[in-house]
Amino acid sequence: MQSFAYAAPETVEQVIAVLQEHSQAGKPAQILAGGTDLLVQIRSVDGSARTIVDVKKLPETNRLEIGASEIYVGAAIPGAVLTANTDLKARLPGLVEAIDLIGSTQIQGRASLGGNLCNASPAGDTIPALIANAGRCQIAGPAGTRELPVEEFVTGVGTNALGEGELLLGICFTPPAARTSDAYLRFIPRTEMDIAVAGAGVSVTLDEKGICTAARVSICAVAPTVLLVPAAADALIGTSLDDEALAAAGAACTAASSPISDKRGTAEYRRKVVAVLCKRAAGIAAERARGSH
Amino acid sequence: MSRTHVTTTVNGERREFLCEPQQSLLDVLRDELQLTGTKEGCATGDCGACSVMLDDRLVCSCLVLGVEAEAKSIDTIEGIATDEGLHPLQEKFLEHAALQCGVCTPGFIVAAKALLDQNPDPDEQQIRYWLAGNLCRCTGYDKIIRAVQDAAQTMRGEAS
Ligand SMILES: Cc1cc2nc3c(=O)[nH]c(=O)nc-3n(C[C@H](O)[C@H](O)[C@H](O)COP(=O)(O)OP(=O)(O)OC[C@H]3O[C@@H](n4cnc5c(N)ncnc54)[C@H](O)[C@@H]3O)c2cc1C
Ligand code: FES
Ligand code: FES
Repeated sequence: MQSFAYAAPETVEQVIAVLQEHSQAGKPAQILAGGTDLLVQIRSVDGSARTIVDVKKLPETNRLEIGASEIYVGAAIPGAVLTANTDLKARLPGLVEAIDLIGSTQIQGRASLGGNLCNASPAGDTIPALIANAGRCQIAGPAGTRELPVEEFVTGVGTNALGEGELLLGICFTPPAARTSDAYLRFIPRTEMDIAVAGAGVSVTLDEKGICTAARVSICAVAPTVLLVPAAADALIGTSLDDEALAAAGAACTAASSPISDKRGTAEYRRKVVAVLCKRAAGIAAERARGSH
Repeated sequence: MSRTHVTTTVNGERREFLCEPQQSLLDVLRDELQLTGTKEGCATGDCGACSVMLDDRLVCSCLVLGVEAEAKSIDTIEGIATDEGLHPLQEKFLEHAALQCGVCTPGFIVAAKALLDQNPDPDEQQIRYWLAGNLCRCTGYDKIIRAVQDAAQTMRGEAS
């Protein structure tokens, strides 16, 4: 009988080898980062034995680089480290506020960006912020490394594009251009410790006159996967982000939604709230973009 | 079943234990190391009763594997009082009657100490947000917040 095992390789090659050995032998193996999703799931959803492959010892998953031509955030870095980084916060404030919303101080001590993304919850808070910032997944596997836009990474509720033997190393971003900034907002019925009823991440670029020249809008908890909403971005581009443009972007988010009703909110409510969140997040992103030179 | 041998530092002392790969650090502390001050309220990361410091970072020990403690340093509620006496937080929790059944208390004290170690003068809102992952079913939180504020004042060397 298969029993639980634990491996904590120190190189990417070793992780891939362990994952491949297991899949060839038909034995289950699963990657562990901060464990705040995985260990809860093992305890309350599926307690079947598997090999747990810890990816926190890899240099690639711990690297945080905020360079002039590229920003790289290692997949396994705990939220507490990322939110304390003032450089990252200055460059990608919306992403950092999304990370900061995850769980409690204790959860922040472990929860990673890679775990939030790979777990692929429809309500994963960082995913809209990653998509709004055009994040690119850096994936390593038996065939080498590949890159995938975040919006193509999540394939369904709890599923992602990682193939056999693959792991996420980190996420890359092109540093925001001048007068570009982002914001993420979610709605929860409490002030702390809850899961998004709906959420919206927005990034905008303005020209010298304050006209929006580029935008990306992403929404969560209103469809099986986090969505990129090009129609909402189109409603913003070419405008001064006046009320009318913001309302049109909100309406595009409502139109793109296909939410469920659950104890946190009805489908109708979610469709409405997502529009409000999009408008407000776009407003905050624009405010920040005006302040950044 | 193969048990893994783990060497770690708990409250400044080198400790060794054997554990199953899926066993939580919380279970290891309580069942293998007999450090039962750290409590289990939920085992799913929601209540904070199991709060410990792992390499100087506040975490839920129920969401850490025992095997992950290898070569790490862990600080638990048992390490907070010194030979000289109770920590100011412990004193103030008693003084303010900030506990009833006491199951949440070790977690609150470990978490509050982590806050005061990095911010000696937090305002009430900062304290409430920092402790949002610690649940108490008895006190209604108010006395806990007052105790933390008072302890912070004492630790800053100001008279209360
Ligand atoms: C009390 C509590 C509150 C929470 N609140 C929130 C919240 O407000 N918002 C929110 O979005 N989430 C929340 N979460 C969920 C969770 O904390 C986050 O999703 C977190 O970011 C997961 O990161 P992790 O490092 O703990 O992932 P893990 O649990 O280690 O992993 C999650 C999944 O991703 C896979 N994985 C992890 N890293 C990699 C990698 N590098 N390559 C391939 N696969 C990988 C794992 O195999 C697993 O399937 C909460 C959880 C708890 C317990
Ligand atoms: S027992 Fe760990 S958070 Fe409740
Ligand atoms: S004193 Fe009983 S749970 Fe807090």
